[in-house]
Amino acid sequence: MKLLTLNFLTCAVKTCKSSSDSFPLHPKDAELASDDVEVNPELLVNLLPRLDWKALKTTSAEVFLPSCIYPLGFPQLPDSPPTIEQLQSDDKLLKDLHSLLMETNLMEGKLVCGVCGHEYAVREGIPNFLLPSHLV
Amino acid sequence: MSRPEDTLLADVHYDDVEARKYTTSSRIQNIQASMTRRALELLDLKTPSLILDVGCGSGLSGEILSDIPPEEGGPHVWIGMDISPSMLDVALQRDVEGDLFLADIGQGVPFRAGTFDAAISISAIQWLCNAESSETSPQQRLARFFGGLYQSLKRGGRAVCQFYPKNDVQKQMITSAAVKAGFGAGMLEDDPDTKNVKVYLVLTAGQSAVANTKSGDITGVVENMEGVDVVDNRRQGRSSGKGEIKKGSKQWIIKKKEQMERKGKVVKTTSKYTGRKRRIAF
Ligand SMILES: C[S@@+](CC[C@H](N)C(=O)[O-])C[C@H]1O[C@@H](n2cnc3c(N)ncnc32)[C@H](O)[C@@H]1O
Ligand SMILES: [Zn+2]
Repeated sequence: MKLLTLNFLTCAVKTCKSSSDSFPLHPKDAELASDDVEVNPELLVNLLPRLDWKALKTTSAEVFLPSCIYPLGFPQLPDSPPTIEQLQSDDKLLKDLHSLLMETNLMEGKLVCGVCGHEYAVREGIPNFLLPSHLV
Repeated sequence: MSRPEDTLLADVHYDDVEARKYTTSSRIQNIQASMTRRALELLDLKTPSLILDVGCGSGLSGEILSDIPPEEGGPHVWIGMDISPSMLDVALQRDVEGDLFLADIGQGVPFRAGTFDAAISISAIQWLCNAESSETSPQQRLARFFGGLYQSLKRGGRAVCQFYPKNDVQKQMITSAAVKAGFGAGMLEDDPDTKNVKVYLVLTAGQSAVANTKSGDITGVVENMEGVDVVDNRRQGRSSGKGEIKKGSKQWIIKKKEQMERKGKVVKTTSKYTGRKRRIAF
């Protein structure tokens, strides 16, 4: 699962729907893999206004800090989101954002809800969102 | 034609053997590809978009989305949800580009509001007409699905669901669940009255530039297409008591006119244009 997807995913448990802390889900014991994907600037420009920048910073800190990838020059995100114009005129920023959102994949581990504590298992990049009926 | 939907659960029907058989059949590959292209045509996306593929299976529908060239507004990025581990397994082996979720759409759509530009569903939602367990009803599952889909789409976003209704009752059940969730809805049938008939439910979430046609919320696309039935029982569905007359409606204007006439005032004659929205002409 791309890190992009984590920026949109919420807890599926019924009682968490109204709580803003059920987003983003927190990766635990995460194993990452990097994929080669062709850069699609128009897509990033389309998505930029929809990204939750704060959540993106949280997620990248949570997945990279415990691993050894982070210190090896992995992109540091700016503190506030760039404007569309900034993204379009800054090649490095575009590439960094692309590699973070589109090329970095969560392969194994868990996604944990900050409210109810439910853990969604991730195997071979596929999160299991099937819920027992009393949580729906 | 036998309908596995009637007797089995989706995750039981699509086991390893069936998932492989389904995905490697070139007949099925062609049909799913052409229906996906049709759905995309109805979505009318102009730029690379984030799309939800509901009941994505082994990725036969999703891979079309990844393959749309830039000249045609692609390639799109998609996220797929499916309840069958075997189908998802085949998707993994085929190395599809979309992200996959093992999930039951009858339990909802776990993405924050306004996530997706659009959604497609190819040959999947008829499965929702059967309760997966005794604890839920099809109505409840349809409500969760369409409710979740509605809020996960950006305002003005569209969803196109091709599905195989068993009969008119199912068609009605699905459409009215979508309308109840807030969607503007239209139904399109390709090759009607043949055994190859294909039914597409076209949905819009809230206002968009093209949605401003006479029913106020239906996609312009659907309305102007041949063979399309606009389903808009939303208004009737929402208004309370029977016989209520909505302010500004044609009926309301006629009633006002009658009142004014009784008071001796001169009023315009009622015509087929009475009470219609005036649109700005460009
Ligand atoms: C005929 S296949 C279509 C797959 C794919 N869209 C395609 O065009 O090839 C129908 C799919 O719907 C899935 N499905 C059925 N009920 C579902 C549910 N409640 N939640 C998620 N997926 C479901 C099945 O597992 C199956 O993979
Ligand atoms: Zn939760």
